[in-house]
Amino acid sequence: MSNEILDRVISVIAQTQRIPRERIQADSTFQELNIDSLDGINILFALENEFNINIPDDAAQKISTVRDMAEGVARLLTAGTEATAATTPNAP
Amino acid sequence: MHPERRVVITGAGVISALGGDVRSFWESLAAGRPGICPIRGIEANGLRFRNGAEIRDYDPLLHFEEKQLNFLDRFAQLAVVAAREAVRDAGVSFAGRNCAVVTGSCVGGQNTMDDGFVDLYRKGLPRVNPLMIPKVMGNAGASQICLEFGITGPTYTISTACSSSNHAIGQAFWMVRSGLVDMALTGGSEAVFSYGFLKAWEAMRVVSPDTCRPFSKDRRGLILGEGGAMLVLETLDAARARGARIYAEIVGFGMSSDAHHITQPSPAGAAKAMAAALSDRGIAPEAVGYINAHGTGTLTNDVTETAAIRSVFGAHADRLVVSSTKSMHGHALGAAGAIEAVATALALRHGMLPPTANFTEPDPECDLDVAPNVARARRVECALSNSFAFGGLNAVLAFRAL
Repeated sequence: MSNEILDRVISVIAQTQRIPRERIQADSTFQELNIDSLDGINILFALENEFNINIPDDAAQKISTVRDMAEGVARLLTAGTEATAATTPNAP
Repeated sequence: MHPERRVVITGAGVISALGGDVRSFWESLAAGRPGICPIRGIEANGLRFRNGAEIRDYDPLLHFEEKQLNFLDRFAQLAVVAAREAVRDAGVSFAGRNCAVVTGSCVGGQNTMDDGFVDLYRKGLPRVNPLMIPKVMGNAGASQICLEFGITGPTYTISTACSSSNHAIGQAFWMVRSGLVDMALTGGSEAVFSYGFLKAWEAMRVVSPDTCRPFSKDRRGLILGEGGAMLVLETLDAARARGARIYAEIVGFGMSSDAHHITQPSPAGAAKAMAAALSDRGIAPEAVGYINAHGTGTLTNDVTETAAIRSVFGAHADRLVVSSTKSMHGHALGAAGAIEAVATALALRHGMLPPTANFTEPDPECDLDVAPNVARARRVECALSNSFAFGGLNAVLAFRAL
């Protein structure tokens, strides 16, 4: 995974979550960043637009750090098939 | 106030993926036969999911004059179709009786809005149909029911997402119980299958790519459904006086707000609403034998609901049957509570508890008796029907067999 992808993922998270970029490290967990399930879905939406990719629902549930998310994006960009990202969706 | 008035269901109507009337609905529920199929009412190729619980073989022209359809969105049609069956079923007349109409809908005439905005934004047309406003309004179904039956009592529509029609039925129940009205026609309707709305659900990442498996370990989300369901409510005395057939008594209504998160459910809020439904008329938890669960089939709902049921019922939770009929008729959002109220009333009447269909594997976090795949022949005294909405708004109805 390139640093460029990681940088762009961090930028997307900073923008959508309205938190300073400096607070977000590759190994930051979503819990540390106070990102909940709905925030996670919103970040996925922003990443899909940023990278022009479609992130499937499956496997999106096992991701818990910024690095996991960037690696998932990188895999999608190269393979174009398999995907991972973000957090567990919740619904009543 | 007439605190002693008892309220019973004397008529029911339902149109859903399980068929166009109560009879076909109950046959499917009792057989554990889902109405979930590939979506065909709209082009679904651009979606990550393929399946829905659509009403099959619905021809509006069999139910309405062509001119009438000019101002009736599908959701309003479904409300009227269900209301007609309920009124016919109850064999009731509105003459000389003050009747309320309370309906629930989450998104009203969103199909009409979707079509109108395609004209405007994509086709570049300079104007939209002037009937768009009366077609889109959430109370279109309630208003049409009043027009058709000449009902002039208190009438309104409640929109609390997936709890809408439980809130509606609860309000109607309380109005009849208090003596504010003699009777009520109440329920809900929803028509979810427009491309724009389905894309919005896709983005929420809660829709299953295959089917709806509530409480099953391999569940992958909800399946959207459409439908309408209505009940005729009147007092027990009035029903007996006219020799009406009675499905069940409504014996409690409880509401709460989670005040926790806009989409993430909380066990405490769900438990509070169930406890409120029981205490409304002092029903002992041990009198309850069946719960028609909210049971959406999402990872979070089913775990949260299990925890909430355990917190309210304690050891008695292990003696309950808790099933989700959404596994068969899908999640019809603002109509869900009404469809499930009909299912619950029928379960009490027939002594047959509908199953949770599509069940494959137990989940230790959903360790209740969910009547997997096969209906349970069991007479129970009381039953609850749960609705827990996005926005954290909960509404629970309590029923008793008569």
